[in-house]
Parts: sequence; C-alpha cells; structure tokens
Amino acid sequence: MTKWSLSTLSRLKSDWLFTVVTRSSACVAAAIVFLVVAFLISESIPAIRQIGVGRFITDASWHPLSDQFNLTPMIVASLTITLGAILIAAPLGISAAIYCQFYAPTAIAVWYRRLIELLSGIPSVVFGLWGLVVLAPIVARLGGSGQSILTASLVLGLMILPTVALTTQAALRSVPGEWLAGGAALGFCRSSTIRRIALPAARRGILGGLLLALARAMGETMAVLMLAGNVVEMPDSIVAPARTLTANIALEMGYATAGHRSVLFVSGLFLIAIVAVSVSLAGFGGAVDE
Amino acid sequence: MIQTQSLSVYYGDKQAVRDVTFHAPAGKITAIVGPSGCGKSTFLSSLNRMTDLIPSARIEGQVIVNCCDVQDRNRSPAELRRCVGMIFQKPNPFAMSIRNNIQLAVREHGQRDRQQLNQITESVLRDVGLWDEVKDRLDDSALKLSGGQQQRLCIARALALKPSILLMDEPCSALDPIASATVEALILSLKERYTILIVTHNLAQARRISDEVAMFWMNDGAGEIIEQGPTETVFSKPNHPIAAAYFAGTSG
Amino acid sequence: MNSLTDRLVSLMIGSAAALVAAVLGWVLLDILYRGIGDLSWEFLAQPPEDAGRSGGIAPIIVSTMLILMVALIAAVPLSLSAAAALAQQRHRRFGWAWIASRCLDVLAAVPSVVFGLFGNAFFCVALGMGYSILAGGLTLACMILPILIHTTEHGLRAVPADYHYAAASLGLSRTTTFFRITLPAALPAIAAGLVLGIGRALAETAALIFTAGYVTRQPESLMGSGRSMSVHIFDMAMNVPAGDGRANATAALLVAMLLIINAAAMSLASKASAKLSGQTAEDMNSRQYV
Repeated sequence: MTKWSLSTLSRLKSDWLFTVVTRSSACVAAAIVFLVVAFLISESIPAIRQIGVGRFITDASWHPLSDQFNLTPMIVASLTITLGAILIAAPLGISAAIYCQFYAPTAIAVWYRRLIELLSGIPSVVFGLWGLVVLAPIVARLGGSGQSILTASLVLGLMILPTVALTTQAALRSVPGEWLAGGAALGFCRSSTIRRIALPAARRGILGGLLLALARAMGETMAVLMLAGNVVEMPDSIVAPARTLTANIALEMGYATAGHRSVLFVSGLFLIAIVAVSVSLAGFGGAVDE
Repeated sequence: MIQTQSLSVYYGDKQAVRDVTFHAPAGKITAIVGPSGCGKSTFLSSLNRMTDLIPSARIEGQVIVNCCDVQDRNRSPAELRRCVGMIFQKPNPFAMSIRNNIQLAVREHGQRDRQQLNQITESVLRDVGLWDEVKDRLDDSALKLSGGQQQRLCIARALALKPSILLMDEPCSALDPIASATVEALILSLKERYTILIVTHNLAQARRISDEVAMFWMNDGAGEIIEQGPTETVFSKPNHPIAAAYFAGTSG
Repeated sequence: MNSLTDRLVSLMIGSAAALVAAVLGWVLLDILYRGIGDLSWEFLAQPPEDAGRSGGIAPIIVSTMLILMVALIAAVPLSLSAAAALAQQRHRRFGWAWIASRCLDVLAAVPSVVFGLFGNAFFCVALGMGYSILAGGLTLACMILPILIHTTEHGLRAVPADYHYAAASLGLSRTTTFFRITLPAALPAIAAGLVLGIGRALAETAALIFTAGYVTRQPESLMGSGRSMSVHIFDMAMNVPAGDGRANATAALLVAMLLIINAAAMSLASKASAKLSGQTAEDMNSRQYV
C-alpha cells in the first residue's frame, strides 16, 4: 500500500507541474498581443508628442522628408478600397455559401468548399502579381495606368471572398435542421425557406464574418501595394491611383527615421485599433467561436 | 462495501439526487433500477468522485467506501478510483493496443516489472473470458474488437487494478443480445470477489443477477430512492405503490 | 409564380457560385501556367544573377526554409502547451481562459504589416538581432501562434469525453491522460493545423521585408539576412524591370508547394475525423430539408 501512495504523491507533483507549465504557456501566448501593442505605442510616442495627432489631419500634404504628415488621403484610400472589396465579396461570398450549403449535390459541395479553402491560402503577393500581370492591363482600358482603386478592390474582394463564404457557411450550417424542416412543412419553397428562415437565423454569424473580412481587407498589404498605384493624393475616381496606410508602411519603413518612422508606427497602431474593434464586434456575433 | 448518508448531488443550482441513504453489502451484486433521467448515473458517479470532472457539480452528505470517507481531502481521487473500478454504458477502450489498454493504468500505479505486467494481463483477460479470443493479437488495436469484446476488455482493464468494488453504468445496454448475455454471465462470475453496483433499465436483468435492489424515482425534479432491499422481496412484495406499479409495467 | 421565383433565385445563386469558382480557378491555373515554363532544375539549384532576372533562386529557397524552421521551433511547443491548458478549461465569460482566447483572436487578426513593424522594433532593434533570419522567423512565430493554438485546441477538444472518463475512472493522472490518451488521439488534427500554419508562414510577405530583409545571398547563419520566396516575388515584380518572368516562376513554385501542403492538411483532417468518429468532416444534416 505504501508503494501506491508514494507513486500517487509523485503523480500529484507531475500534475502540478503540467498545469503550471501549460497555463503559463497560454498566458505567455496571449500576452504577445500586449507586447505588440506596447511596442507600437512606445514607438508612436515621439510622433504623438512632437508632431501631435491634429497634424495628421491638418497638414497640407504627406511629405515626411519636409515635415508634412497628413495621413487623411491614405485613410480615405484604405477605407475606399476596403469598401469596394466588401461590396464585391459580400454578395458573391454569401451566394457561394448558400449554394454550397443548400443547392450543391454533396460531392460537388465538398470540392467547392475545398477550392475556396485553397484560395484562402494563396499568398497575397501572388494575388498581387496576378492582378499586376492580368487584371491591370484590362482595367487600364477604362483609363489610367491600370494600377488603381478599382484594380486593388477587385483583387482584394477576391482575396476576402473565402473569409465571407466560409464564415457564412458555418453560420448557415449551425441553423437547426428542425427550423428548416418547419419551413418546408409550412409549404415554403426552397428560396423562401432560405430567405425567411436560414438567413435571418444566421444573421449574426454572417455579419461577424463580414466584419472579419473587413478587418482582413483593412490590414492587407502586398496586393494593394502592388495594385493601387501608391500615389498619395485624394482619389477622384475609381480608376485613380491611391496609397493605403498599409502600403505606406511597407513603402517607407525601409528608409524612415526618427519622427517619420514614428508616424508609421502611429498608422500601425491605428490599423490595429480598427482590426481589434472589428474582431471584438465579430466575436459578439459568434463567428469567432466557430 | 459502500454506504451513503443523506447524499445529495447538485449541478449548479439544480438538484439531481436528493437525500439518498443507501447501503451495498460486500461481495454482493446490488442493482439500481428506475426510469431514465432519475439520477441513477449521477448517483453512481458520485461514489468514485467522477462528478469532480463536471465543474458545476457539488456533493452534500457522506459517501463511505471501504470504511473511508470519499470526500476526505487527504485522499486523492486517483487513489479512490484505483480501488473502485467503473464500467460505462458505451464500451470505451483507448485507441491503443489491447495490451496497453490493460497495462497503462497498472504501470501508472507503480508496477513496472514486465513479467508481472504480462502476468496481470493474462489473468484479467482470463477472468473476463477474452484470453483465448485475443491471446495471439495482444498488440492489435483494441478498437478492432467487437462491441461485446470491447466491453469485456474494459472490465478487464478495471480488474487489472485489483479493485474491491465495481461500478457498472448500464454495461449491457449498448450491446447486442448475445454479447449482452456474455457480459451478464461475466458479471455473475465476478460476484464472489467484488462488490458490484449495477445500474440497469432492464428489470428482468436486475432480477436475474442481483442480490439487492434499490429503486430510484424522480420526485420534484430530483432522484430519490423509494424502495430498497433484497431482490426477491422487492420484486414480489414492493412496499411503495409507485414501485409496485413500475414492476408491474403500468408506470414509468 | 412561387416556383418561378424559386427557379430564378436558384439560377442567380448558381451563377454567382459558378462565377466565384470560375474566377478562383482562373487565378490558380493562370499563375501555374505562366510560371511553369520557367521552372527547371537550374532555377531551383542556382543562385540569382543580374538582380534576379536570370539564374535561379536556390539561396532564396534555403532562406525560406530557415525562416520557416525558426518560426516552427519557436511556435509549435508553445502552442501545444498553451492549447493543452485552454482545452481543459471551460471558457467562462471573463475567466482567464476566455480572456486569453480573446487576446489570441485579436492577435490572429493583427495585419501582417503591423507584425512587420513590431518585429522590426522588437526583434531587430530592441533585442539587437538586426535584419536576420532569426528576427524574421520569430516574427512569423508570433503570427502563426494563434492559428496553431486554435487548431490544436479544437483537435484536443474533439477527443471524445469517453476517453477522459475512462482515464479518470482508472485513476490516471492528468499528465498521463494528456500524453498517452488525448494527445495521440488528437494528433492528426494537430498535424493538419500545423500544416495550415506552415502554409500561412510560407505565404507571408509584409512581415518579413523589414525583419528578415531582402538580401539575395545565402545566409551564413541565423543572424544573417535572407530573402523569402514571397519577398522575392514582390521584389521581382515591382522593383526589377523585366523581372516578371522570374516572379511568375517563383509564384508558380510557391503555389505548387501550397497545393501540396493543402492536400496534406486535408488528408490529415479527414484521417482525424475518421479516427475519432468514423464519419467525414462534412455535416450535411440540414440539407435534406430544403
């Protein structure tokens, strides 16, 4: 009996060690987000102190080398391109999810889903290259150089489409089968069952998915960097070139010093804030728990 | 020997088992019967503190197993569970070889000698009548066995720890009739050496194999014992009118 | 009337889905088709010449693999350990596990260019690693950590409760239960998540430009700078006139690698679900009612 008790003791000890090690790992992993934010803030402080937040809006233009730090054109460009991408991805992504969940025969649905999953893994730099080689010359026929808000929105829309489609399908799948059966029992045809029962029930999940897609589009860098043209001015048409916040960071980080570098960190902080808000809102829709 | 005194089990605010005072004599089979959802399984799992695994579960009252208080803070649940084997409704062998299924827990509890381990393996597999069926494929996955064989392996796995008590939660209900009969015969053969508690829906089975019977019934949302005593007495002359109706097949 | 609407809706959904599949298929095949002609043994085995316009990408492949290796060595043990803690915990609202998970959700959504900023400020400058394979790999480790933890936690949670009950009833310690029972059962699912994380790391560009750098030479050590394949694609397409051909070839190679990785992840995932339940991963229950 003593032998058993001894081994029990050593087991309790190893359990304790296991718990401590695993829990601290979880806390360390979660704390990385604070480390990221802390470093962004500490690098941003010089800019906020010496230049001040107001000048990011009131300065005449973005000429960091001659001390002009107006970020507005880039914020507008980021928002416009993101909006364009959502306008393209939302109807197509939701349709694709409805097709996959309710219309496609099982064998096709599986492969359709795999195609979409596959596309979500294609590097953004590859999408950018494709847009540059294939799409830009086509868009150029509408005017401009082809590197424009429209080109960037189209490709970005394609890139976030898998996010919309996969989260929407997850939301539709979690609608209880009995509800749909109830609709069918009331004599609803397929399209009304989807419109009146499935979509309203999945509304929160779909909205959450759109918010995640929005966060992804806001933060996307390589494709817009290669496709939007990168000229810092207020865009006046959809075929005009523009530079987003993310592209600006990627373009100037290489040579930025002192105050200029610090302003880039301020824009990074701004991006992370937008993304954190979208993700938290999406979390309330339950899309993140999927 | 198992004894409970005013045992109540709660899940959060909801009471599942109310005020159960119960006694299972050593070396006998005690059947626990009653309709589904009346707290039988909850009661059973409170006896070896499996309720610890459910974060919201809470126990009041006293459980005494082999003269020790189960809730004693100085005793680890692992030590308790080593001397109280448990068999579940659905056979749940681990996804590993037959040999490792049996030896994993024995090794964990301090037995390292390979020869000893193999000896234990053979003797418990003989006890459950599985030895001749599996002796040539001890290193095959346990998941390849049939349902009845898996359940007998689970019993062997519990016996390998040399428990004095076996708790069985509807061990035959997920099996086909033939496998069920084999397992039932096995349970009867274990009677002398172990104190056995078996939860069952099957009144005929309870009557066939048990020495004592306790009957649970749902009262105000929580399970209570309404009838308890030697099997023949309880079945032939139940005191409680609900028990009488239940046994006659007119209630529940 | 009703059935006419129904057919019209079916037609719209069907054509939207077909459009999505067609465009996605077009992108994929186009990338492979454009690049495949330039792929050759020399391309894989030789160093780049003439700023990359001719020669191969051998040192770039080596750098990519080294960055990936650093990222995995840093992220895999931490993610496994963190997931073990999170999977054992009920995520009660505002409990520590819930908070940790929300932090990881935000970390997962941080834009990659912002990771680049952070990696530059933290690993390159604050920790003095400079532009190096090590800094790039560690930045990527932070990026893939949330994905690895998420998939691992799901894999661990998918292990049937039966196993845990059986283990507890035999008096097994939590440590033994985890290493001998839960972990082996969840292994295929964890491997599938790992493969997805590798895919994400290979696809990453923006986080690497300012951490691992863009030197085309073969790095001499982990402290040396090196260019990943994705950065090479960007540089050839944007900064090197007439670099398109090599960019296309590198993109085709990268996409081909990702296709293989994706196939591996899928077969592992289906193996995982077969191991635990004997069913396929697709839950198509609700389909029959519509």
